[in-house]
Amino acid sequence: MIQDFFMAGFGGQGVLLAGNLLAYTAIEAGLNASFFPAYGVEKRGGAANCTVVLSDGDIGSPVIGHPSTVLLFNPLAAEKYYPQVKVGGFCLANSSLIKDLSIRSDIETVMIPATDMAIEAGDARLINMVMLGALLGRNQIVSLDAVKSGLAGILPERNHRFLPMNNKAIDAGFAFTNR
Amino acid sequence: MKRLFVKGNEAVAMGAIEAGCRYYFGYPITPQSDIPEYIAREIPKVGGVFIQAESEIASINMLLGASASGARAMTSSSSPGISLKQEGISYMSGSELPGLIVNICRSGPGLGGIDASQADYFQSVKGGGHGGYRIIVLAPDSVQEMYDLTMLAFDLSDRYRVPALLLADAVIGQVKEALVPHPYVAPADLPSKEWAVAGKQGRSDQRIVKSLYLGDGELEAHNWRLHAKYEELKKHEVRFEAYQTEDADFVVTAFGSAARIAKSAVMMAREAGLKVGLLRPVTLFPFPEQALSELADRGIPMLCVELNTGQMVDDVRLAVKCRVDVAFYGRAPGAGSLPTPEEIFKQIQKNMAAKL
Repeated sequence: MIQDFFMAGFGGQGVLLAGNLLAYTAIEAGLNASFFPAYGVEKRGGAANCTVVLSDGDIGSPVIGHPSTVLLFNPLAAEKYYPQVKVGGFCLANSSLIKDLSIRSDIETVMIPATDMAIEAGDARLINMVMLGALLGRNQIVSLDAVKSGLAGILPERNHRFLPMNNKAIDAGFAFTNR
Repeated sequence: MKRLFVKGNEAVAMGAIEAGCRYYFGYPITPQSDIPEYIAREIPKVGGVFIQAESEIASINMLLGASASGARAMTSSSSPGISLKQEGISYMSGSELPGLIVNICRSGPGLGGIDASQADYFQSVKGGGHGGYRIIVLAPDSVQEMYDLTMLAFDLSDRYRVPALLLADAVIGQVKEALVPHPYVAPADLPSKEWAVAGKQGRSDQRIVKSLYLGDGELEAHNWRLHAKYEELKKHEVRFEAYQTEDADFVVTAFGSAARIAKSAVMMAREAGLKVGLLRPVTLFPFPEQALSELADRGIPMLCVELNTGQMVDDVRLAVKCRVDVAFYGRAPGAGSLPTPEEIFKQIQKNMAAKL
């Protein structure tokens, strides 16, 4: 088994944290994982993306040309990476920001109002957890509970007060796709 | 032991401290700054010294000094900073001083960019400074190897009294993977540093660390002595990974991050029923000439993949002595220029079709 994931958005949306969390949870679950981040030199607002590869065996390239599962957080990412999704692949697109995507017929695309759902869960910045939850609703390569305890594992103690709202956002995303 | 989830750069820092390195000298530059960041935080806890020097040139000369006193010490930087260190590396080589230099390469020439690059290959393996010397060059391709080869680099460097360079790039430095840290065990036969200038301590003999030889024939003899060590390294310290080469009709050769990407392409080729293998040099100096030569004996054509416009391919071609074709596929480093496994797979198909 080898699966690859690609997530892209702008800095501040937590794209890298979501990818990091997915890979960390997989490692804790005994899988092999690589997490490769790429981001602009800006602290906020620059392009941010990451590639996560999970496997129960060897991982070759941490870089993937045509990823099979893609999470798109903003219009710029959609413009650049939607055409790159592997034929037969799966794409989750944030419809709160991505308005005019011409849907490909050779992949499965799910539009999710992730920014709106994040605001509803308490903060627009929870979008990464909504998107990750929605991914898990479709692909339980790691379990929902494992991701939640993974989040507690990677967040510094001082930020643990934010765990309940993050978990709420993960659940909202999960419920959206796992209907 | 527990598997940790860490960055390649952090693994270098962890491996260095575990291997007993207690002196770090450096100056910040992307994409290697996680190394000094980690060491600045952790080395004081084990009684070590972290110095952010005023420049790259100062830090390589601090490494020279620490090493001359017998300490296990290191510096790290990225390409433009490593260029600045070349003078010091030449002096260390001439003075037969061990020490670890880490280059987490970025693109160039000049200031270039912060993206992964393998364009420092020539600078690393051919003696980047003046005077005709070689250094030990190790090229990790994973977070685990960043840890393991850092330890090995210290041991090899101490054993041969030749500086060691760990050559990685922005991909291997920034990628996070599982790491199983393990305790450092010093090789039992590692020679003690009887040349170190650490005070006389009651001895009557005088120790001198220098690279200046003015007497008739002295410098020539010194150079031949250095040359003999490089030959010893070639004989005893070559390391490489041969992946699915036993039954291969075609072999890809690549190091570091390019080898990781190429490995996926080789997996794709195998799934498509093509008998393709990967020969990955782990030591770039000494270079696995023999392993490549043996593939050439079997008449196996090759494809060399690099994140540059063609450097290691020269050494591959020298090793196979024109007996087989060696094709090259490279991407000049820069934003958006990382090749994908799919791209390399196409190159494999194209080159195999031309052969069969």
